[in-house]
Amino acid sequence: MTQISRDDVLHLAQLSSLALSDQEIDNLRIDIGNILGYVNQLSELDTTGIEPTYQVTDLENVWREDKIDDYGLGRDDLLALAPESKDGQIKVPKVL
Amino acid sequence: MTKIADYISKNARQNVVEAIKRANDNSEYHALLSLTEERALERADAVDRGEITGRLAGVPFVVKDNFLAFGAPTTAASRMLEGFKAPLQATAVEKLEAEGAICIGKANLDAFAHGGSTENSAFGPTLNAYDKTKVAGGSSGGSAVVTALDIVPFALGSDTGGSIRQPASFNGVVGVKPTYGTVSRYGVVAMASSTDTIGVFTTDAYDAELIMDIMAGKDDKDMTTLPDFFKPTAAKSGLKIGLITETMTDDVDLEVQQATLAYVERLKSAGHTVTEVTLPIVQYALAMYYIIVPAEVSSNLARYDGIRYGHRAEGVANLAELYGKSRDEGFVTENKRRIMIGSYVLSSGFFDAYYLQAQKARTLLVNEFNKLFADYDVLIGPTTPTPAFGLGENTADPIKMYLADIMTVPASLAGLPAISVPAGKSAAGLPIGVQLVGQRRSDAMLLALAQSVEEA
Repeated sequence: MTQISRDDVLHLAQLSSLALSDQEIDNLRIDIGNILGYVNQLSELDTTGIEPTYQVTDLENVWREDKIDDYGLGRDDLLALAPESKDGQIKVPKVL
Repeated sequence: MTKIADYISKNARQNVVEAIKRANDNSEYHALLSLTEERALERADAVDRGEITGRLAGVPFVVKDNFLAFGAPTTAASRMLEGFKAPLQATAVEKLEAEGAICIGKANLDAFAHGGSTENSAFGPTLNAYDKTKVAGGSSGGSAVVTALDIVPFALGSDTGGSIRQPASFNGVVGVKPTYGTVSRYGVVAMASSTDTIGVFTTDAYDAELIMDIMAGKDDKDMTTLPDFFKPTAAKSGLKIGLITETMTDDVDLEVQQATLAYVERLKSAGHTVTEVTLPIVQYALAMYYIIVPAEVSSNLARYDGIRYGHRAEGVANLAELYGKSRDEGFVTENKRRIMIGSYVLSSGFFDAYYLQAQKARTLLVNEFNKLFADYDVLIGPTTPTPAFGLGENTADPIKMYLADIMTVPASLAGLPAISVPAGKSAAGLPIGVQLVGQRRSDAMLLALAQSVEEA
């Protein structure tokens, strides 16, 4: 397995916007180490001069007209999904 | 007569009432998270009045609960989306409804489709249709089980690395993962955008062909959909089929190997030639998958921030805390693992060694497939290394759980069509499936091949 420290897990949690409990941190440290250990076998492959494959559609530049389409959804439909809203806006706690 | 044809000939309201009764009678399997009874009955009455017509008039079906659909919440089997009321419907659902099909409920899955057993559902696992001590498979476990129990004649699923094929194999039904880009993913909760596909569970390959014919096609709302190509076709004779030797090693359950070889004999009897072929790179496919998919997951699941929709944590002091706590409470452990692995492989310093290396390895995989398809029409192997495993058997070890997908991820990474078809049962009575893989856009040919074996 790949050694992952508690600090590594906390850093990853921060990058991932996850507030983890202490128990979760310990378990995830072991799991992530094991998974990285498994996927590390890819380093055995010689990929010199090989181009990466990011997508498999063979499609390029799918264009459409630059026309506004609300896909049948109004402002109120979307606001209704928000956990909290006020005066036609989504409400959030203080930022600072 | 196929199951779907049988339903079309009957009264729609009766179809729906009976399907809902079967769903309730089988609630112990926990295959469904919700029923859409009220809306289903309204639509059934409209079909019976002749207001809705089409190739699926009055046929009840179920969708995996990561498809946005009206009549019940869309939860993705997560606390994050518990109670989420879809403001729109997935294109796939709209197309089926336009042909008169009636959605009666939403099927259980691993939360956000992360898993291979449906044990990662925030609302509890689904039980295998053949043995309640075994897993349903996953992530589309609920959809496979409602089809296997004949609650409905077809159910929709999504397949990112095997999430249709593996549960189809575990429950003895047909499962179709089409060519990447065949069916629009608009209105389906995104997991890994470079391999996510939409497909179907049915009892036989004829019904699967009908549903794929209806769902397939270009959609302006999903820019990755391919120009229309799916067209039902007659079975071809004298196909050249390759049996992938790497999927028939000692690591694979003996009964699974025997069932696969028995299916190979049926192909030979039907006049096809089957030769052993090798695809050495497949031993690395799972490692590629568990770099590429978590990377895409970490990006796709960033949208769940507790602000615009989904779960929002209570009693937080500021915005950063709101993000962190909402996500911690809304995601299951497997979601967090994948998001964090994704953050790791994409972070500076590790990007080249993990993510870029995996995408280059993916090119090698695509090349090996292409080389085989220069000589062969279809590749075959088991869908999974074992029949359904026990509930709780693999939950403590994520790698063991991931290994259940080892046969199915290669086709996903290469964007190839792959179907799992029933190929018998183990001595313990558990279903075994074999997987047929074809070149891109050969979906209809694969289904025709499966039909010809069903008939033989």
